[in-house]
Amino acid sequence: MKESFSLQKLLLYAVLLIAALTFIYPFIWMIGASLAPESEIGKMNLWPSQPGLGNFRSMIEKIPIGHSLINSLIVATLITALVMLTGSMVGYALAKMRFRGRQIIFYIIVFTMSLPFQITLIPNYITMVNLHLVDTFLALILPFAVSAFAILMFRQAFQGLPQALIDAARLDGCNELQIIFRILWPNIKPTLVTVAILTFIGSWNEVLWPLIVIRDEQLMTMPQLVTLFAVGGRADAQLGVKIAAAVLLALPVMIAFLFFQRHFIQSMASTGLKD
Amino acid sequence: MNTDTIIKQGDRKPSLFLRKEILPYLLVSPYLIFVIVFVLFPVLFCLFLTFHKWNIIGPMHFIGADNYARLFHDRLFWKAIGNTLKFLLLHIPLQLIVSLFLAYLLNQKIRGIPFFRGAFFLPVIVSGVVITILWWQLLGYDTGLINRLLTSVGIPKIGWLVNPDVAIYSIALMATWKNVGLYVILFLVGLQTVPTQYYEAAKLEGANRWQQFYHITLPMINPTIFMVVILSTIGGFSLFIEPYIMTGGGPMNQTISAVLYIYKQAFQFYNMGYSATLGFFYAIMIMTVVVLQKKLIEKEE
Repeated sequence: MKESFSLQKLLLYAVLLIAALTFIYPFIWMIGASLAPESEIGKMNLWPSQPGLGNFRSMIEKIPIGHSLINSLIVATLITALVMLTGSMVGYALAKMRFRGRQIIFYIIVFTMSLPFQITLIPNYITMVNLHLVDTFLALILPFAVSAFAILMFRQAFQGLPQALIDAARLDGCNELQIIFRILWPNIKPTLVTVAILTFIGSWNEVLWPLIVIRDEQLMTMPQLVTLFAVGGRADAQLGVKIAAAVLLALPVMIAFLFFQRHFIQSMASTGLKD
Repeated sequence: MNTDTIIKQGDRKPSLFLRKEILPYLLVSPYLIFVIVFVLFPVLFCLFLTFHKWNIIGPMHFIGADNYARLFHDRLFWKAIGNTLKFLLLHIPLQLIVSLFLAYLLNQKIRGIPFFRGAFFLPVIVSGVVITILWWQLLGYDTGLINRLLTSVGIPKIGWLVNPDVAIYSIALMATWKNVGLYVILFLVGLQTVPTQYYEAAKLEGANRWQQFYHITLPMINPTIFMVVILSTIGGFSLFIEPYIMTGGGPMNQTISAVLYIYKQAFQFYNMGYSATLGFFYAIMIMTVVVLQKKLIEKEE
C-alpha cells in the first residue's frame, strides 16, 4: 500500500492542481488586465509591468458604476428580506397549521417552481408597464419578493421542529408572528443562511429582468450597467475598461465567498439535493 | 403548565389576526397574491396574447392563430432552437464527465479539499456577465490569450467566436467552465453516500479500480447523474446573457439562443403577441423535455 502511495498521489495532486489553475487563472488574469495599460492586454504575462488604476478611472467617468453598486445592494437586500419574511410565513402555515386548501396550495407551489420563466416574461413586463412601475425599484423587487423554493425550504425546516416548542410559546402569550420570528427562527439557522445566500446571490446576478424593466441609467443594477457598457459603444472598444467593469462586478461576491466559502457551497449544494 | 397564563389567554378577546380560521390564510396570503399577479394571470395573459398582434403602444388586433402559423415557418426561431440544442449536446455530456471526474479525484483521501472545492466553485457564484466578458477577451481571435497560447506551441488560431461552425460550442465550453463546480459538489455528496464496505468487498474479489467504478460507484450515484442532467437541461434552455454579450447572436445567427430571440422579438421589434407566442411554445417544449427525462429516469430505476 505504502509503495503505490507516492507516485499515484503525486499524479492525483498534479491533475487537481492543473484543474484548480484552470478555474483560478482566468480570474487572476482578469484582475491583472484591469490594471494594465491597453497595449499590454492580451500579452501572455499574468501581471502588468506598470499596474495602474487608469481603466477604473475612465470607467467611472463614463458610467455611474458607484450608483449601480448601491442600487444592486438595495435591491438584493430588499428581495432577500422579503423572500425570508414571506417564505417563513407561508412555510410555517403549510408545516404547522391545518386548514382547507393546504394541500392544493402546496401542489401549486411545487408546480410553479417547475414553470419555465419564459412563459411569464413578456406578460410580467406588460404588467409593469400597466402599473407604471417601469424604471422603479419596485419593478425589480416585486416579481422576486416571494420564492416557491424558499417556502419549501422553510416548510421543511419547520416540519422538523417539535410542536411542543410552538405550544409553549403560545401559552406564554406569543402570537404566530412572534412564534415564527422569535421562537422558531433561532432554531433553523442553517436554513436561514441557505435561503439568504441563494436569494442574495440570485438577485445580485440577475440581469435579464433588469434589462427589460429599467432604462434609466441612474436606476440600473450593476450587472445590467456593466452589460450595456460592454456591448454598447461607450467603452470606445477599449478592452481594459470593460474588464475593469467586470472586475468591479465580481469583487463583492468574490470577497464574500472568501469569507463564507463553506456556507456558500453548502447552500448551493442543497438546491440540487432537494428532491 | 402555569395556570395563570392559560386563564389570561382565555380572557383575552381574540383579535381578528388571532382567529384560528383566518390566520392560516393570512399567513399564506403573500404567496396567493403573488401567484395570482405574477404567475396565474401572466400565463393566461400570455395565452391571450398569442392570438393577437400588438406593438404595446397601439391597439391590439385579434389575428387568430396567425402567430402560431408564423412560428412554425419562422426559420430563425427554429435555428435558435437548433442552436440551443447544439449547445446542450456538448454542454450536458461534458459537464457530466468533467464534474464526475473531478469529484472522483476529490473523493480520494487527499489534503486541501477546501482549496480545490473553492477553486472549482468560484465561477459558479460570479455573475454570468463577468464570466462572459472575461471569456470574450480570452477567446478573441487575434488578441485572445487562448489563441496566443495555441500559436506559441504551433497550433493554428481557432475562430472561437467568429467561426459560425464553432461559436456555439465555444459558448458551451464557457458555460461548462462556469457551472462545473456546482456539479462537482453534488457528485461529491453523492460519492460520499457509497458505503466503503462495497469497495472492500469488491477488492477482495479482485475487482480493479475501473470495475469498482463501473459496477459500484456509477449505479450508486445514478440519482445524482439524473439530477445533473435535468438541472443543466433547464439551465441550458435559459441561455441568454452569453450570446447577448459575446456575439449578439452572430456570426450568421449561429449563436442566437431561443431566449435571446424571444427577447429581440419583444424589445427590438416590439412584436409582443408574437414574442409571447414564442415564449408560450418554448415553455411547453421545455416542460415536455423535462417530464420526458423524468419519465425515462423513473423507468430506469
